[in-house]
Amino acid sequence: MRRLLIALIACLLAARVGANEAAPASADPALEARVMQIAAELRCLVCQNQTLADSNAGLALDLREQMRTMLREGADAAQVRRFMTDRYGDFVLYRPPLKATTLALWFGPLALLIGGIGVLWAVLRRRNRLGAEHFEPEVIDTTNEGVTT
Amino acid sequence: MKRWHLIAPLVLFVLLAAFLWRGLRLDPRELPSPLVDKPAPAFSLTRLDDASRTIRRDDMLGKVWMLNVWASWCEACRTEHPTLVGFAKTGTVTIVGLNYKDTRPEGLGWLARFGDPYAMSLFDEKGRVGIDFGVYGVPETFVIDKQGVVRFKLIGPLTPELIATKIQPLLKSLGDA
Repeated sequence: MRRLLIALIACLLAARVGANEAAPASADPALEARVMQIAAELRCLVCQNQTLADSNAGLALDLREQMRTMLREGADAAQVRRFMTDRYGDFVLYRPPLKATTLALWFGPLALLIGGIGVLWAVLRRRNRLGAEHFEPEVIDTTNEGVTT
Repeated sequence: MKRWHLIAPLVLFVLLAAFLWRGLRLDPRELPSPLVDKPAPAFSLTRLDDASRTIRRDDMLGKVWMLNVWASWCEACRTEHPTLVGFAKTGTVTIVGLNYKDTRPEGLGWLARFGDPYAMSLFDEKGRVGIDFGVYGVPETFVIDKQGVVRFKLIGPLTPELIATKIQPLLKSLGDA
């Protein structure tokens, strides 16, 4: 918990520091746009709920610089992503890849939905087959009490 | 059938509670490193105390060693440092420091003040080698075996408990390999 708090403060400080100095953006706007486009789908490991594009933490600045260098040398987006996952794992990807360890992540919600529909269907079907004696008789309210207008 | 109806919510509740309880204990900053059981990334860095001496990954082949990433600006490294100094005195393993995004005078000053547990420190001024090692939260510690394969990675400060329960058993198993 304390580490989390420290990380949070570090992120806030980093954001403040970043605000004071101009980000070392490259002179080439097209390259910068590509860096930002790829970085928008990568997680900043220091501030875990920010993308690499949003974050001004030291590591995010370094990694963006690294991406610039790679793109300038002709790497494509897939190679840049590979560079990141080789070092930091699939966790850096905001779109996790589909593989054995992420099956539950991808299909868990669908399985829950289907399971829920199944249970609902079974309950309704059973109820449908029950005779009227299993239910409370419908009471028709004739007194008008409790009706608010 | 009737009884199952009564028990189901309880089972669901216990299951949920177990998941949440476990969740409380997980540290979201601790990620499994893709580097474990892979060859350590190649590097070529100068020593912190001697800019003319270059150390490469392959210079370290043939012995088990520990890489500890630190910086003079890193608060948690201060917390960790006495543990590391104590562990170095036991002479169990060669500890190499990776001085991460620091300056030579500040790094050396820090070691002079708080003690130097490292056989040597490598100077990674721009943090480029740190990136290759997937460093994102200093201090970090790696154990690398004789074949140059990363066998263990820790994010955050080493503690005497971690050394006793994780590092020492691992070193023992690697030493004879």
